[in-house]
Amino acid sequence: MNAAPAALIGLAPVSAPAPVNVAARARAVGAEIAARHAEAVDRDGRFPVEAFDALREERLLGVMVPAELGGGGASLFDVAAACHALARGCAATGMIYAMHQIQVACLVNHGTNGWHRDLMARIAADQLLLGSATTEKETGGDIRNSVCAVTTDPEAEGGRFTLAKNASVISYGDQSDVILVTARRNPDAPSSDQVLAVVTKDDYRLEKTSLWDAMGMRGTCSDGYRLEAAGVIDQILPLPYADLSAQTMLPVTHILWSSTWLGIAADAVSRARAFVRSEAKRKPGTTPASAVRLAEATAKLQQMKAVILTAIRQYELACGSPEQLTGLSFATAMGTLKVTTSELVREIVEAAIRTCGLAGYRNDTPYSLGRHLRDAHSAALMIGNDRIMSHISTQLLVQRDGLGPFE
Amino acid sequence: MPQDASPPYANQSFQGSLSAGAAGLQASAAGGAAGGTDDGMVAGIRSVLAECGGLAVDAGTLAIDDDLYSAGLTSHGCVGLMLGLEEEFDVEFPEKLLNRRTFESIAAIRDAVRGLVDGGAA
Repeated sequence: MNAAPAALIGLAPVSAPAPVNVAARARAVGAEIAARHAEAVDRDGRFPVEAFDALREERLLGVMVPAELGGGGASLFDVAAACHALARGCAATGMIYAMHQIQVACLVNHGTNGWHRDLMARIAADQLLLGSATTEKETGGDIRNSVCAVTTDPEAEGGRFTLAKNASVISYGDQSDVILVTARRNPDAPSSDQVLAVVTKDDYRLEKTSLWDAMGMRGTCSDGYRLEAAGVIDQILPLPYADLSAQTMLPVTHILWSSTWLGIAADAVSRARAFVRSEAKRKPGTTPASAVRLAEATAKLQQMKAVILTAIRQYELACGSPEQLTGLSFATAMGTLKVTTSELVREIVEAAIRTCGLAGYRNDTPYSLGRHLRDAHSAALMIGNDRIMSHISTQLLVQRDGLGPFE
Repeated sequence: MPQDASPPYANQSFQGSLSAGAAGLQASAAGGAAGGTDDGMVAGIRSVLAECGGLAVDAGTLAIDDDLYSAGLTSHGCVGLMLGLEEEFDVEFPEKLLNRRTFESIAAIRDAVRGLVDGGAA
C-alpha cells in the first residue's frame, strides 16, 4: 500500500470508509435496523427500505468498488461477512445486499472500459443499487441459455444496441438503479453464446408481468418484468458470459448466498441458545433436555462456516488465474458449496426449532423461528440443487485429482 | 427471488445433439487414422466434435481457429467432447488442461492433444 503514488492518495476522498469496518458497520445496520423491520418486510412482502437507506448512509453499497474509483476496495471476505451480519437481522436484506454485490463484483472484475469505470465511480458516489435479469420466461431456471438477443445497429454513431427480454424474475426491479442482463451475443448466436449487458435506469423500461408472493424471502420482491433496453456497445461486458460466470459470477454468488444463509442459521442458533439459557435459569443445576439439539445445531453451524471460509480461500487462491477459475475442480468446489450450505441452513433452523419447542413454533415469542424456516427453504431452490448435482455428476466423468494444497 | 442473481450452470443445452448426427457422418469420413499427421488429427477432432460436442453448426464447416463456444459448445458439451477425444486418441487429459481455453477451438484442441501424444504418457 505504501507504493501508491502521492497523486492518487491526494485524490482519494478523505471520507472513504476503511474496508476493515465493513462487517462491523453491516452488523450495526443488521441488528439495529434490518432486524427491527424484518417482520413487517416479511409480512407485507415489501422491499426493506429502512435497511437500504441505512446501508446507503453507511456507504455500504459501494464498498467493493476499487478505492481509486471512490469505493471501499473491500475484499470478498469483508462483503461475505457483511451479508452474514445483515441476514442475521433480516434474510431478505442480506440476500438483496448479496445480489447487489454479485453484480458489482462482475463489473469490478470484468468492466475495464471507460463506461464501466464511470459507472463504478457513480455506484460509489451515488450508492446505486444493482439488480440482475438472468432468468427468462422461455428458459426458466436454465440461466446459461438465452432466447433474447442483443441487436446492434451498425448505422448508429458509436455503435448502439437494443435488447428486449421476458424476465420472469428481476428481484427488487422497482428499486434497482442498474440491471445486468444476460442475452445471446447476436440474433444468430446459439442459445449458450451469451453476453452480459449493463443497463442503467435511463436505458431501460420495465413493464411488470408478475408479482412475488412466496413462502419466504418475501422482501426480495422478485417480480417478473418485460425489460426493453437500448444503449451503447461499450455497456456490454467484453468477456463471454460463460467465462465471466465461471470466473466471477458463480463463485461470488455461491459464497455470498451461503454467507447470507449462514446469517439465517446463526440467528436461529442464537435464539435457541437464549431459549435454553432461560430454561436453565428456571431450574438451576439442570441442563434442559433440548440442549442436546442446540449442541447439534451449533456443530452444524460450525461446519457450515468452515465450508464457506474454505470456499473463500479457494477463490482467493484461484483469483487472477483464468485457467484455475474456469477449471473443473474449481467449478465443482463452488457448486458443492451451494448444495451443502443450502441443506445445512434448513437442518440448523430445524434443530433450533426442536430446541425451542413450541416457543420456536409460535409466531409471538422472542424465540419464533417460522420466518427463519421459510427463508431457509428458499436456499435449495435458488438454482435447484438437483440441477446443480446433475451437472456436477456430469463433470465428475472427466475430473482428475487436483494438484493444490489439500487436494 | 433469487433465481436470478444466479450462477451459471451449464447447460442442459437446447440445441443439444440435434445437429450432431449428420455432421458426424461427414466428418468421420474425413477422419480415420488418429494421431499421425496434423491433417489426420484435425479430421479426427472434427469427427469427435460432430459426434460428441453438441454444436449448433456442422463441425465440418468450422475453420480451425473458429471459437467453438460461439458455435454452441457448452460446458456440458465439453465433457462429452473430452471423453470422445480420450477414446479417439488414447490419451488422458490432466487436471491442468480441464478448463475452457483447452477446448476453445479445433486448433487449441489439436495443440493439447498433440502435447499429450508427444508427451507419450498414455
